[in-house]
Amino acid sequence: MDLKKFYKEQRAQEWRADIRKDIKTKERVSMTRTKMLEQDPNIRNKNGLEVNLGLTEKLAMEEARRCIDCPDPTCISGCPVNIYIPKFIKKIEIGDFLGAARIIKETNSLPAVCGRVCPQEKQCEANCFYTIKLGQPPVAIGFLERFAADYEQNSGKMAVPDIAESNGIKVAAVGSGPASLAWATDMARLGYDVTVFEALHEIGGVLKYGIPDFRLPNSVVDVEIDNLRTMGVKFVTNFVVGRTASIDDLREQGFEAFFVASGAGLPRFMNIPGENFNGIFSSNEFLTRINLMGAAKEDYDTPVSLGKNIAVIGGGNTAMDSVRMSKRLGAERAMIVYRRTRAEMPARLEEVQHAIEEEIEFLNLTSPIEYLANEKGKVTHMILQKMELGEPDDSGRRRPIPIEGSEYKVPVDVVIVAVGVSPNPLIPASVKGLKTTKWGTIIVNDDFQTSIEDIFAGGDIVRGGATVILAMGDGRDAATGMDEYIQNKIKK
Amino acid sequence: MNNIVSKEHFSENVVKLVVHAPEIAKSRKPGHFVMIKIGKKGERIPLTIAGADIKAGTIDLVIQIVGVTSHKLTALNVGDEITDLAGPLGQATHIEKVGTVLAAGGGVGTAPLLPIVEGFKKAGNRVITVLAARNKDLLILEDQIRKYSDEVIIMTDDGSYGTKGLVTHGMEEVIKREKVDLAITIGPAVMMKFAALTTKKFNIKTLASLNTIMVDGTGMCGACRITVGGKTKFVCVDGPEFDAHQVDFDEMLMRLSAYREEEAVAYEKHMASL
Ligand SMILES: Cc1cc2nc3c(=O)[nH]c(=O)nc-3n(C[C@H](O)[C@H](O)[C@H](O)COP(=O)(O)OP(=O)(O)OC[C@H]3O[C@@H](n4cnc5c(N)ncnc54)[C@H](O)[C@@H]3O)c2cc1C
Ligand SMILES: Cc1cc2nc3c(=O)[nH]c(=O)nc-3n(C[C@H](O)[C@H](O)[C@H](O)COP(=O)(O)OP(=O)(O)OC[C@H]3O[C@@H](n4cnc5c(N)ncnc54)[C@H](O)[C@@H]3O)c2cc1C
Ligand code: SF4
Ligand code: SF4
Ligand code: FES
Repeated sequence: MDLKKFYKEQRAQEWRADIRKDIKTKERVSMTRTKMLEQDPNIRNKNGLEVNLGLTEKLAMEEARRCIDCPDPTCISGCPVNIYIPKFIKKIEIGDFLGAARIIKETNSLPAVCGRVCPQEKQCEANCFYTIKLGQPPVAIGFLERFAADYEQNSGKMAVPDIAESNGIKVAAVGSGPASLAWATDMARLGYDVTVFEALHEIGGVLKYGIPDFRLPNSVVDVEIDNLRTMGVKFVTNFVVGRTASIDDLREQGFEAFFVASGAGLPRFMNIPGENFNGIFSSNEFLTRINLMGAAKEDYDTPVSLGKNIAVIGGGNTAMDSVRMSKRLGAERAMIVYRRTRAEMPARLEEVQHAIEEEIEFLNLTSPIEYLANEKGKVTHMILQKMELGEPDDSGRRRPIPIEGSEYKVPVDVVIVAVGVSPNPLIPASVKGLKTTKWGTIIVNDDFQTSIEDIFAGGDIVRGGATVILAMGDGRDAATGMDEYIQNKIKK
Repeated sequence: MNNIVSKEHFSENVVKLVVHAPEIAKSRKPGHFVMIKIGKKGERIPLTIAGADIKAGTIDLVIQIVGVTSHKLTALNVGDEITDLAGPLGQATHIEKVGTVLAAGGGVGTAPLLPIVEGFKKAGNRVITVLAARNKDLLILEDQIRKYSDEVIIMTDDGSYGTKGLVTHGMEEVIKREKVDLAITIGPAVMMKFAALTTKKFNIKTLASLNTIMVDGTGMCGACRITVGGKTKFVCVDGPEFDAHQVDFDEMLMRLSAYREEEAVAYEKHMASL
């Protein structure tokens, strides 16, 4: 059905028309945006607990009143999975929180995750009527989404989606990140026999080994994974597809189609002198040691280097997570070294703001050119060079240009390199005939089908480094594509 | 379930475990390794697959006790389960007929060397193996190595068995005597460094299997990175074998010491807690 018509009909329903009558639009737009309840910056930068505490029922209902239930809800077009935003917000306004969660879950199987980590200021909230027409702070869609999802998780009344009768057809995913979890939800709903293979010993991909607990507690992810288990999805850990068994082997075991969501896990380095000294990590190594291996906790076996002066190179989410983690682990001076300015930082706005509140130091318009070490090979200093911004480059951001002669030395105990990741080459290298781009990402068509008909792919392995919600959107679209492919094959 | 099927002490500090892992047994090749983790709070460590029995669905691991995890692993008994075991990982050894192969193993490096020696022998090469150990008691797998070698030279630091001297002495003896087409070395980093210097003098292509520190073993973290021919490589996905003449062994030695103090403290604590 025509979406516009659908939204119009839905909006005309009595309960929504009634709410709109309750409060005048003029009054709604004069209310101020709710603030997230947060731990105090000077306390949270010493503990590992979640920074955002969530909204109370009262605050959520107040914020919900700001949404004017637009006839043409532009916010939806900003959401990669097209959550029916005004409808769930109006459910919150009338206090039907479980109803709100149900609406979100029609299109987003991990709302508790997305409400926390989506770059809302570039997506749904960027397209809110308040932002584009009124020039005012947008409705806090992300906060409200998180509220509804948390309410549902805490209620003990998690809705397990309706599942079609089992069709006995075996399908498998490679990797267990958000792309795969979204794909598995939809395939299980459609009645498939779903198995997810994961190379590591934990399920969740970057949600577990990358994003720290202070932003996304593991327990929030685990609830969703348990939910998938209840739906019959099988998870196999310590299984490296292409190694433990090949896709061919799995075909022989009766799997009819595959969804490759192996992520963009390979860390990039800058290839500058001294980068292999001890005390210099990729952000993946640093965060994995801490998040996945418990390195900073007493009685876990994995070690990690820490120190007084910690520098993180980069300006994305990974850099913010690493620097804020360093601060929490006792760094006196935790620094971001970024070659552009704050305006160009790719990290979520909220993370940059939180980092500033937590007394993270920002050395913007600078870049390391060399590291120095002591006689044992442990890093002691970085040499930084100042930069200025020139003409915009391919990415549309202004290109940093080094200023000759501006070099200076800064003492460091630990350096964390967070300058980007490359696609994981394991699957492309182990499957003959699988077409990739020159960057190593897997090529797919509109149905997320690869050059091999029974292999679909999505998430970071297709996009390069992207976002949780884009990965999930891919997972859902790939599920639709795969279902169509399998059903057509059966008909033939 | 990755249960331990049998356990044998080669020496006080070297233990062989046969572990149930049917899928890995089937897909592994010489040169491959696995990642192992014991218990929820354990650390992930890499171990070479020293052999496999596809029919029985088992793989062999030969472990030298150096710290907490190797101690925990070798303290397990027949029937116990290894919580996490993933593999096979790394690039397999490129085995072909080249002529004469000189294999040099030091300490527990003899274990990963065994499947490689076997592979080259079965591919029709003349295989001469030099095994080195500090003393007679630390020498492992001699009989198995003999089975697949045309000749075995044994070197011990103290002369308690074979010839007194270092692995490089045994290697030079062979190189001076006959034409060697390929050399392979596996052992402590220092040993491999000197083995590589030895063959370099004679311009013999040499492979070294590197045992760097690893975390994930799948290319995701970069903990295992080293410099080969001036470029940074990840041992877990690009290796573990590299052209020994291109490897920066000094850098590797330096990186291996990254957690030496923490590890020593942890080991003392672990032993005290038993
Ligand atoms: C520190 C950090 C912070 C981030 N913060 C945000 C944020 O705030 N908001 C946001 O939207 N995005 C964020 N991102 C990006 C986001 O996490 C990713 O875009 C997203 O996780 C990609 O999902 P995916 O399912 O494609 O892959 P991943 O989450 O990368 O999962 C891939 C999984 O596949 C496994 N795997 C790989 N190869 C194999 C194989 N051969 N066999 C079996 N398993 C295999 C891997 O071990 C991994 O678990 C962040 C990323 C990082 C690293
Ligand atoms: C590809 C690969 C294959 C390997 N195969 C085997 C094998 O078949 N059998 C075997 O016994 N070991 C093997 N190793 C080495 C093994 O992984 C380490 O001995 C192990 O990680 C030590 O863990 P631990 O907790 O017991 O000791 P730790 O507490 O981690 O270390 C104790 C001491 O050993 C040193 N050390 C740590 N890691 C290494 C290392 N990788 N090499 C040398 N010294 C190290 C430390 O500096 C420290 O002084 C392999 C390593 C790699 C990378
Ligand atoms: S999923 Fe992300 S983009 Fe979509 S509504 Fe929720 S927070 Fe916004
Ligand atoms: S655009 Fe903003 S105000 Fe309009 S429906 Fe969406 S959230 Fe509500
Ligand atoms: S061990 Fe992590 S990349 Fe090699």
